[in-house]
Amino acid sequence: MAEPLLSIRNLSVQFFTYQGVVRALEGIDLMIQRGEILGLVGETGCGKSVLARSILRLVPDPPGKITQGEIRFKGEDILRVNGKRLREIRGNEISMIFQEPMSSLNPVFTIGNQMAEVVILHQRVKRDRARAICLEMLSQVKMPDPDRVLSKYPHELSGGMKQRAMIAMELSCRPALLIADEPTTALDVTVQGQVLTILDDLVRRIGASVLFISHDLGVIAQLCDRVSVMYAGRVVETAPVEALFARPRHPYTVGLLQAIPSTHEERDSLMTIPGVVPRLIDPPPGCRFAPRCAKRFEPCDRVVPPLSEVEPGHAVACHLYPGAPEDATRKSVGAGEDG
Amino acid sequence: MWDTFRKERAWQIKEFFFTLRLLRQNPSAVAGFLIIALVTLMALAAAFVAPYDPIRISLGERLRPPSAAHLFGTDELGRDILSRVMYGAQISLRIGVLVVVIAGGCGALLGAISGYLGRRVDNLIMRVMDVILSFPPLVLALALAAAMGPSLNNAILAVAFVMIPKFARLVRGEALSVKEKQFITAARASGAKSLWIILNHILPNCVSSVIVLSTLILGETILIAASLSFIGLGAQPPTPEWGAMISVGRKFLLDQWWYATFPGLFILVTVIGFNIFGDALRDILDPRIRR
Amino acid sequence: MPPVIEAIDLVKYFPIYGGLFGRKVEYLKAVDSVSLAIHPGETLGLVGESGCGKTTVGYLLLNLLQCDRGQVLHHGVDITRLRGNALRKVRRNLQIVFQDPQSSLDPRMLIKKTVGYPLEVNGLARGSEVVSRVKRILAEVGLDEDHMYRYPHEFSGGQRQRIGIARALITGPEFIVFDEPTSALDVSVQAQILNLIKELQARHGYSYLFISHNLSVVRHVSHRIAVMYLGTIVEAAPRAALFERPRHPYTRALLASVPEPNPQRRHVLGVLSGDVPSPVNVPTGCRFHPRCAEAMEKCRSVAPVSLEVAPGHSVACHLYGPSESDGGTRRQR
Repeated sequence: MAEPLLSIRNLSVQFFTYQGVVRALEGIDLMIQRGEILGLVGETGCGKSVLARSILRLVPDPPGKITQGEIRFKGEDILRVNGKRLREIRGNEISMIFQEPMSSLNPVFTIGNQMAEVVILHQRVKRDRARAICLEMLSQVKMPDPDRVLSKYPHELSGGMKQRAMIAMELSCRPALLIADEPTTALDVTVQGQVLTILDDLVRRIGASVLFISHDLGVIAQLCDRVSVMYAGRVVETAPVEALFARPRHPYTVGLLQAIPSTHEERDSLMTIPGVVPRLIDPPPGCRFAPRCAKRFEPCDRVVPPLSEVEPGHAVACHLYPGAPEDATRKSVGAGEDG
Repeated sequence: MWDTFRKERAWQIKEFFFTLRLLRQNPSAVAGFLIIALVTLMALAAAFVAPYDPIRISLGERLRPPSAAHLFGTDELGRDILSRVMYGAQISLRIGVLVVVIAGGCGALLGAISGYLGRRVDNLIMRVMDVILSFPPLVLALALAAAMGPSLNNAILAVAFVMIPKFARLVRGEALSVKEKQFITAARASGAKSLWIILNHILPNCVSSVIVLSTLILGETILIAASLSFIGLGAQPPTPEWGAMISVGRKFLLDQWWYATFPGLFILVTVIGFNIFGDALRDILDPRIRR
Repeated sequence: MPPVIEAIDLVKYFPIYGGLFGRKVEYLKAVDSVSLAIHPGETLGLVGESGCGKTTVGYLLLNLLQCDRGQVLHHGVDITRLRGNALRKVRRNLQIVFQDPQSSLDPRMLIKKTVGYPLEVNGLARGSEVVSRVKRILAEVGLDEDHMYRYPHEFSGGQRQRIGIARALITGPEFIVFDEPTSALDVSVQAQILNLIKELQARHGYSYLFISHNLSVVRHVSHRIAVMYLGTIVEAAPRAALFERPRHPYTRALLASVPEPNPQRRHVLGVLSGDVPSPVNVPTGCRFHPRCAEAMEKCRSVAPVSLEVAPGHSVACHLYGPSESDGGTRRQR
């Protein structure tokens, strides 16, 4: 199998606060291949945003700290590169778009200004060449009237157009990896449809990989090639998208799928998962989902279930599926111990 | 009964101790608090700790410099300055607290009504506040005190009047933002009347900013009251108010420096104490910094 | 059975001030001639994207906003004409639950007071009776007695929504407007709240207006659904009919844009071009015509009226209109 583009191994992130240590991420294993769209799904507080920011070392320190693990991008460990290399990577080889287009764009500069800044910084070209590149990118995201848009300010554009401008800006340097943190959550559904279609088209053309973070399982189903499900700071299941929806294994994934209403069929009452997400300051020992799990049995409260493969490419972290202890998704490179 | 009270106030008690802990860690808060504490202690204990009766005249000991018997020296009527300064603390603090309570109460209510009801009522109240604010506070207080007649109580009322717009402006601003919250619409949807909403929703949400403003105003009040007494419009002789003492002590400044210096020093330190404590408190109570 | 609440030709324009002297420059046409009716025990889902006016309709139905024209009938009485105490009396019957669990509860008010005050301000109960009623309603929405003595920030989003629901229900209303009650909640919590809402309706016979932009959620809770676009209702139908046989091009586009959580059935998501327009510059004729794939000449100049195309199913679209001269049955539902 080819070397993955991004390989996260045993990543742990903690936040040191007044109330205690928040164990936001614990032993995360994740892989993204070249040209693949990996969906990262989970509810509030599961750590998906922290994970996204950790990749680019954007976790505020203090109070956050990456306590262990490695993030290998094109072979090098991002957590250990120097400042210069990190700046090269950010925006150029790995780009990121956020949920709120309102706050990602600087309100006092024009769109053209901000886009050109990124292009000039990373591609080291002159102004007019940069402008041409920007126009090209705007037309690729099907922005109406790209010429005029360049001289507009963010507040003059609608949410959908802002997000398109962001996509254009972040993809202008043809990064190998795009991290999209809930990019369409704040948009209306018809606008979301447009933006997702454009995004899908563009990344496939550029050949970029995407880490697509969302809590919306519908979007994940429509867009992604593979999916990782997170719960309370851990990855609980990873699988190709059809397998995840057709044969979900982890009880949390099952519960999640049963809880979503659908426009395409009727259900009398939605299945719910009893209880609430645990606080990450004092998480339950063992499996973090155990307190809410209907299938919980003896080892669940004591031992953390490792992520193990049940089918090729489909891994679950659950004692119900012990699988092979070592597998494709978790190669030990010295750091095999659990955090 | 006590049980319910404790349950209901549990969170507020926890918050209070959390605030205390934050204050303890802030150097200016601690410094300010110590000053305030000392002055307050002095004021409360004056009757027990003051070595002499502040108004007892002893013509044989006029204008003595600081000594073992009179730590701060004596004034032109032989009265012990230390004792007078201690009782002066009582007076200054009383003025400060009364002014803050009166101005804060009226100002907050006016501000909340103004902000919540908006439009014409808001316009009317705020224009009146603007008029008051357009005068330098001391000048206006002076004019009022002069009109009402020189006495300590009149001085208190005059200063309170001058401080009302500051509270009103502050609370009005908060009211404007609280007004937009959904729980206000919910209250209207449940049939609550405007006055109920102002008293039960708007005002409680302004409490922490009012507290911070109060500590700052306290300092300014002491200063203005002292200035009024200095001119003769506030405390009347023989009341040992700090400003009044400076007023008389001015004449003796060259040769008997202690007379005006000690009361002046105390005014300075007290006002600074309230100011830095208020500043630190404002930072600490700021919800963005708290969590 | 006669409807619990009925809106007839509601209009609400918000003036926009501008210029040097703050004159009225333009109008934001939030709601433009909306009519609907909700019967006892029924849930009407009101669906649409941002700017379509659905939240404004909710507020107009409760007279939290005064309409510019039109009527809102509650048991035959026009509540838009009521003031003061008469209005307050009616308010006990018509309640609302809000979207944002953060700002819908007063952070400085004990839950006991937050849930109980509707009883006090309306003079329905005092003292210990309030406490016992609060306990009862908290139990009904799935919370503990002890929660009375806490403050909002100690609760999760889902729990706060339950508190909001408890507050709305404590006076025993007949009709409740739910304004995007689950939009800010996680999927699993959303499921709990939706189940709760349905249970309460089954138990007490409440009528609901359920406002949401999320079609799947609306499908789950509603009996009938009305689709809004730029201040008007473009289609209204019983639930099954709307999802299986949508007529209006906007409804169809909306349904097609909803990503289905089934990777085996992938479909194109971006079916509608252009942005959701602003209610300040409303297009002439049919408001949807600039984005409509099936727009005709007529659509540019003549606004379509709502016509019944099947029992209980009405559409406002020239594709389904009568021909020019025959007066089609004009039914507002």
